[in-house]
Amino acid sequence: MKKGSENYSAVAETGAVLEKRSTWQRFVLDLKKSPISARFGLIVIAIYIFIAVFAPWLAPYGESQVFPAPYEPWSKEFIFGTDQIGRDILSRMIYGARNTVGIAVATTALAFFIGGVLGLAAAIAKGWVDQLLSRLVDALMAIPSLIFALVLLSIFGTNIINLIIIIAILDSTRVFRLTRAVSLNVVVMDFVEAARLRGEGLAWIMRREILPNILPPLIAEFGLRFCFVFLTIAALSFLGVGIQPPTADWGSMVRENASLIQFAQYDIKAGLTPLLPAAAIALLTVAVNFVVDWFLHKTSGIKDEQ
Amino acid sequence: MHPVTKTVLVRLGYGLLTLFLVSVVIFSAIEFLPGDFTQAILGQLATPETIAAFRKELGLDQSAVSRYINWISGVLRGDFGSSFSGRGQLTSGTSGVGRSREVADLIAPRLWNTLFLAGLTAIIAVPLSLFLGITSALYRNSIYDRAVSVTSLTTISFPEFFVAYVLILIFGSLWPVLPTLANVDASTPMAERLLRSALPAMTLTLVIIAHMMRMTRAAIINLLASPYIQMAILSGASKSEVIIKHALPNAWAPIATVIAFNLAYLVVGVVVVEVVFVYPGIGQLMVDSVTSRNIPVVQACALIFAVTYIVLNLIADIIGIITNPRLLHPK
Repeated sequence: MKKGSENYSAVAETGAVLEKRSTWQRFVLDLKKSPISARFGLIVIAIYIFIAVFAPWLAPYGESQVFPAPYEPWSKEFIFGTDQIGRDILSRMIYGARNTVGIAVATTALAFFIGGVLGLAAAIAKGWVDQLLSRLVDALMAIPSLIFALVLLSIFGTNIINLIIIIAILDSTRVFRLTRAVSLNVVVMDFVEAARLRGEGLAWIMRREILPNILPPLIAEFGLRFCFVFLTIAALSFLGVGIQPPTADWGSMVRENASLIQFAQYDIKAGLTPLLPAAAIALLTVAVNFVVDWFLHKTSGIKDEQ
Repeated sequence: MHPVTKTVLVRLGYGLLTLFLVSVVIFSAIEFLPGDFTQAILGQLATPETIAAFRKELGLDQSAVSRYINWISGVLRGDFGSSFSGRGQLTSGTSGVGRSREVADLIAPRLWNTLFLAGLTAIIAVPLSLFLGITSALYRNSIYDRAVSVTSLTTISFPEFFVAYVLILIFGSLWPVLPTLANVDASTPMAERLLRSALPAMTLTLVIIAHMMRMTRAAIINLLASPYIQMAILSGASKSEVIIKHALPNAWAPIATVIAFNLAYLVVGVVVVEVVFVYPGIGQLMVDSVTSRNIPVVQACALIFAVTYIVLNLIADIIGIITNPRLLHPK
């Protein structure tokens, strides 16, 4: 409102209907101010999601369709050649987006569910519940998670369900710690006390009073945890104890085609083939990291040092 | 008692407790084995007597507590039991102990190989990351600083095997100067051993260097805002003098902590890298044993990895405590 405006009235300004921006409008505004790295990250993530969802329509051949020629070089027919038993690598890469990323998302979501609920419960209940859960988590976190995952996989056997449950439980310890730490600050607030006196149950306090207030750090953590889970599953699959063939998966594809690398001198394209799925993994991790970085800056107002 | 001694002792106590809990967790893994497991290990031809003898060797006829005490006292004497492999096709009434190898004999030479690789990596990575961290703090916001920072941010989010294969592609295939198979054994001469471990050590260095370098840079830059550094600058000290003589001594604590933490991380990175380069260390042994479900070997390797990890983290914490000036000079 201009100062010199003749018919200015304070009543009119305060009384005017304030139009609330929709979530989408706010998102677009944020996007306009976002750094180039975050935009790059968002575009990469969108492309991955698109490929994962529409895999059967995008892939030229079936996921485990075998052709007579193994280790076919790059050509018009097989854009990235074929693998050691003659499956089209491009098709397997496309289906791999669905399997590898899908399993990682499912695992992270499960880890957040377990860790988040227990973390909130520990923060609200305090006392022996908190002590018991925290000490248990300390013991689990003392073992490097890849090593612990290997032990558990050797006991329960390697299949996708076991893999998801084991990694989710191991990773939920990190989520537990974060959730507990941030909710401890909120639990002491008056409005929580008011809800408690009102007679609300544990589930209500968790969901309606505390969760909305701790959401930003949890969302950022989801991105970071996703990267971690994604890399762990890729590493386990690469080691041959994760996602099992014939399911197309980027980690095991690297291992299956690794021997092609020695032909790089004669045909650089053949040498690059095993790096394609590894690069796909790396690109997604970098993209998610960029977006999380931007999100953290935006929500916490962290400024660059100096 | 001096408060530092007290804090350190408490931390050591927690460390011992964690070690105990971790050994219990790793030991109790065997409790969750499915019932048909003995059959799977001993093969189709196993007689009921064989299975009974095998169960007796595993101690499944005793209580869990006495089994744990037996196992842990064996471990403390360096006896990890004997491997499950080679137990199939038995007809006699034994569990096949004589036909399989002692776990400790399997592990000992490989443990030395792994320690060699980790040590080599540490010797390269620690000074290099300190140098990069200090110089990028010195030339802050220059092109050099940006380049180091962007490179380290990208390598930090790459999977280990990606870094490994890129290095193999460059140094093993396109420009074949380094061996891509790190098949060393006890008789390999030192120079040859170093050459063969070059690529695995380079991979591990690239994987762990980023975090250490960034922490060094951040620790020094954090200090640059403090009044005593302003004082040093006003007194006319040069930029490098300020950083090396005034800032660095106070930055040691966080740097040492992050170094110990990253050496602990090395423990995990080593598993994947050993598999890529077929390096005969315990990481590779562990992965092979997971595939063949050779539980005693898996347990032994896991225990070694976990203990190394816990002890290094403990050292990191203790360095953090004893270099903390607030604890050293209490009011």
